[in-house]
Parts: sequence; structure tokens; C-alpha cells
Amino acid sequence: MSGFTQHSGIAVPLDMANVDTDQIIPKQFLTSVSRSGYGKHLFHDWRYLDANEQQLNPDFVLNRPEYQGASVLLTRQNFGCGSSREHAPWALTDYGFKAVLASSFADIFYGNCINNQLLPVALSVNEIDQLFSYLAASPQTQLQIDLVAQRVTCGPLHFNFEIDPAHKNTLLKGLDAIGQTLEEIAAIEGYEHALPVWR
Amino acid sequence: MGKSLFDKVWDAHIVSQNGDDCLLYIDRHLIHEVTSPQAFAGLNDKGRKVRRPDRTFATMDHSISTRSLALDACGPTNALQLRTLMQNCEAHGISLYPVGHQKQGIVHVIGPERGLILPGMTVVCGDSHTATHGAFGALAFGIGTSQVEHVLATQTLKQVKPKSMKIEVNGELGLGVTAKDIILAIIGKIGHAGATGHVIEYAGSAIEGLSMEARMTICNMSIEAGAKAGMIAPDAVTFAYLQGREFAPQGHSWQQALEWWQSLPSDADAHFDSIVRLDAADIAPQVTWGTNPGQVSSVTTPVPAPQDFSDEVEQTSCQKALTYMGLTPGQHLTDVAVSHVFIGSCTNSRIEDLRAAADIAKRGRVASSVTAIVVPGSNEVKQQAEAEGLDQIFLQAGFEWRLPGCSMCLGMNDDILGPGDRCASTSNRNFEGRQGRGARTHLVSPAMAAAAALHGHFVDVRTLNGSHS
Repeated sequence: MSGFTQHSGIAVPLDMANVDTDQIIPKQFLTSVSRSGYGKHLFHDWRYLDANEQQLNPDFVLNRPEYQGASVLLTRQNFGCGSSREHAPWALTDYGFKAVLASSFADIFYGNCINNQLLPVALSVNEIDQLFSYLAASPQTQLQIDLVAQRVTCGPLHFNFEIDPAHKNTLLKGLDAIGQTLEEIAAIEGYEHALPVWR
Repeated sequence: MGKSLFDKVWDAHIVSQNGDDCLLYIDRHLIHEVTSPQAFAGLNDKGRKVRRPDRTFATMDHSISTRSLALDACGPTNALQLRTLMQNCEAHGISLYPVGHQKQGIVHVIGPERGLILPGMTVVCGDSHTATHGAFGALAFGIGTSQVEHVLATQTLKQVKPKSMKIEVNGELGLGVTAKDIILAIIGKIGHAGATGHVIEYAGSAIEGLSMEARMTICNMSIEAGAKAGMIAPDAVTFAYLQGREFAPQGHSWQQALEWWQSLPSDADAHFDSIVRLDAADIAPQVTWGTNPGQVSSVTTPVPAPQDFSDEVEQTSCQKALTYMGLTPGQHLTDVAVSHVFIGSCTNSRIEDLRAAADIAKRGRVASSVTAIVVPGSNEVKQQAEAEGLDQIFLQAGFEWRLPGCSMCLGMNDDILGPGDRCASTSNRNFEGRQGRGARTHLVSPAMAAAAALHGHFVDVRTLNGSHS
């Protein structure tokens, strides 16, 4: 897996709080045994007027012409709440998103993003408000997201963001997490040998 | 400074530590058909093995029919997912409880039933309601599929320790008020993301007074407040539930285990990052009115208006929810008619839940305008209910009596609702489209759901004659 250092692209403003993973990818698409092919079903109930995905909903922000080709999702608090389904970041990355900007994320979703090279950027409520306002006036602005410097730039706006050093390292290097842990196999075996029989 | 239950369980599972990053040992890994196939495919691609198949247990629950034992009853895609689980379990030597097996059921129902979940364990599953198992004083949390693969390969997970929150519920619960009402009231108080980044410990006399099944209902919905996990200190109720179960320790091992379990409850001077208190006597039967579990009120409170909220984002969320739910501010929930009732899910499908629902169901018939289904959480629950005659009570009252599975909680099978259908549901999520596109879900307790089925609209179970005899 290649690493994430920086990204530049236009952002879709999804002006909603508490967007849950049932909205990101509804249950009828979870019967697949594959990791790919979920992008066309992303935000299915909002994006399509019909269950067969033949009619686009022209009012849904993702379908507007000015946001075609967008690779950054701007949204609000508690994004990705609900189910643990990793199909949610699979759908977002398959659609073409590289980063999600929100004032907060649900925990399991956040971890799933890290494991799929999708950068979750948590900014303050005020900073998210400023981005929504700026992009409403200038929707075609190219956002620059620099993971190394932990910085988002949008026109005249510059915001720094926090990220756990281990998460940052995983994203930067595109590391094989299992391979890394297996390097500690001696410690795992040692832990197991010390366990009482009833555990 | 003393340690909390959470601190003690966390510390006991650290294999190695690098700064804030801990490598945690995982005692139990539960898997099901939906979130595991890609994890096994990842293992197979890299030629990796399942490190501890003896610590891994699988069941079929999400994608299965509740009317037929045939794997292909819900179509070829579901069937492929189920067969893939069978193949993966066989190839890697993992115990599987497939459809039709005596021990099959919803993953969070069968784990405790089998005695697989013990105090002080770490338990993970590719399912957000894994928090259920915290009822035993285990640290149990949901994980994504990449993490499922990581646990399969290493029996560990890398984690940064979350913050801690203590939620104390003291006092006496009113008649007709259940564990479901407690947890909905908690989520209503702290909000749908009120415990994000935290592990909750539920404590206080009202929690201590609950049965194991009721405690599971509480911990189950921890994720609906955003928490990573919810835990309850193990006590005599816990130990009595566990003793004699298939995978619980026995004899000398039981005595050794018991000694450790009894040391797990939080020390008196344990630190919590935040503390929330509720008075049990203030809690009424709850009904959600919105599209997330935090949008909830007591059955006697009218539907709110957007302007009742001070925060602008919450006002917008309220307006959006009311539009989706087809409700108007000021409307009484007891005037809201339902078309469907679902009694089931990992939140409320255990024998005590079915007894509570049957206690209401035996007093009448399902309203002609309502379709009501009862889906036991496991085969063991189903057989117990049938031994007690509960199935006959439900059937005679006009409920359907189904085979165990996740069913209409999320509708990955054919138990789905249509646009505009309105369901009183004992499940855990009232998200838009959760039970079917355009369908409207109200979360309630089993007794409240059964009462709604009989009356065709929500009723306050406290007002029913002869309740809770």
C-alpha cells in the first residue's frame, strides 16, 4: 500500500451532522465478499431516487456538476457513527475520496479510515464553519491537505490538525500493520505462556 | 490513585507498549458472515494463518432468513457470503454455529449463552454491538474488517487507551421501566456522540439490581452514545450466570478465576475522566422520535420542535429528522400509529425480553393494522421460549414467531420495511433507512413494542391494567 503525504483537490460540502455508516453504505450492499465495488453505492439513499440506482437525485450535493471529481469530503460532527462496517471507508475511497474533514468522527470509523489510507481530519467546529462558508462562495477551490505538516489550506484559510503519531506513521508509510505486529511474535508468545489455564 | 475496572482489564492485556500505543492481547474473537470474508481473503493472499482458532468462534446471523433454514433462502449473494464463512472456518479450524445448529444465534446472544465471555476478558468482533459483552466486566468492542484480519493473524490489536466515563444510575426503577429505557434515557441525556473516545462504566444501585440479560441490553447500546465500550463490574449476579456454562471454567479453575474476577471492580478512589449521574426514579418508558438514538424522549413528552434546541446543528438535525419521520412538533407519541412491530435484535431478543413482551401479548390481539414479528436471539432462546409456551402466546395474539437471527434490526435478509412504514422496534438504531428505505423506526423496550402491537399506536405501559404482575 502506498503512503499518504499530501493531497490537493476540491471538496464536497455535505452539510449534515451525525452521518451514520448506514447512510454511507446501506446494508443491502454488505452481502458482497469483496473489498471493492462499493463506490457506486456510496450514500445510496440520498444519491439515487430509485433502488436500482438509475435516477440520480439532482438535489443531493454529490450529484451537482460543480462537485464532480471531488476528492475531499467536508462534513460535520460525529461523522461515521453507527455500525463498524469497513465497507464505509471502502465506499468512500472507491468513489475517489482521499480525505474527510469533520469536527469529530466516530471511533470505529476513524480507525477504519486509517487502515484504508483515507485521511480523517478533525478540525474545530469553528474551523469547519469557516470552510463551509468559504466553499459556499468559492466551490471550485483546491484544498491542500499536508499530512506531514498536519495542515489544511483552503484559499486564505490555514488550519493545523492533530493526529496520533502512530496513525500518521501508518498513513505516511502505508505500512502492513499485521506484518509489523508479527515482528513482536516473541512478546505475544511470552504473554500467552504466562496466561492461567482458565483464560 | 486506585484503578477502575477498565484500567485493570486494560493493564492485564498489554503485551507491549510504545508511548501511548499499546499492543493488547485479545482473549475472544467472535466472527460472523458479513465482516469476515475480506479478512480471511487478506490472510489467504499473504499466506497467513489464524493464530488462535481456539479463541475464535463463528456464527451466522446477519444475512440469514428467519423463515427458512436454507442458506440460499435470501438469494445467491447472501448464500455465497454464508458459504464463504463455512469454507473459511473449515480451512482455519474455527468452531462455527451455522444456520440450524442448536447453538446458532445472534453473535452477541450466543457468546454469553455458551459461557465464552468471562469477566476481565478482552473481546472483539467485527460488529459495533460487541459492547454487549461488557456486561460481564469484559472489555469488549467492535472493530473493522482490517482489524478482524489483524486479530485473526496475531490475536492482538494496537490501541491507544480511551478516556473513561462513569455513569451512575441510583434509586428505584418505576414499574414498567426497563434496562432499554435506562440506556435510551442515558443516550438522550449525554447525546448520540456523548461518550465518543470513552469507555463507560455503568454503576449505581439501579445497575447492580439488574439481571445479566438487562445488563447486556445496557452495554449493548454503549456505541449509540459513541462509546468504545461499556462495562459493568462483575458481581454475584455475574458469577451465578456463568457457573456451569459450556466454556466457563470449572472446579479448581473456577475458584482461581473467581478470585481474580472479584478483584476487578473499580477501587473506591479510581479516576474517571467524567462522571454522569441519573436518578432511576426519573426515568419513564422511552420512545425515539428522530433518526438517531439520541433523539429520544419519554413516552409522555410531546415531539420536540427544532427551536427547542439551542445548537444550530441540532436544530437542523431535528428538522431533518421530523421530516423523515413524518412527525410534527407537539404531537403526542401515544397518538402515533405504527404499521409494524419488531421484537428481536442483539439488544432485546433474550428470554427475559420475550417474557416481558409475552406478558403484554397475552392480554389481547395484534391490531389489524399492524404486522408484528418476534425473532428470538438464538436457538437456545427459541427453545426455552417454546418450553414456556411463549411462542403460543405470541401466535395466538397474532404475532409471527420466527427463526433466530439479526432480522429486521438491519434488514440484510428479507425482513425489510417499505417506504413510510412505521415500526416500534426493540432494536438499537433508528437511522434513516435502517429497516428499509424510507421506513421509520422508533426504538422502544419489548413491553412497549408489544403494547404498540396490540393498540396500533404507542401506549405508556405504565397505564395498562394488570401490568407486571
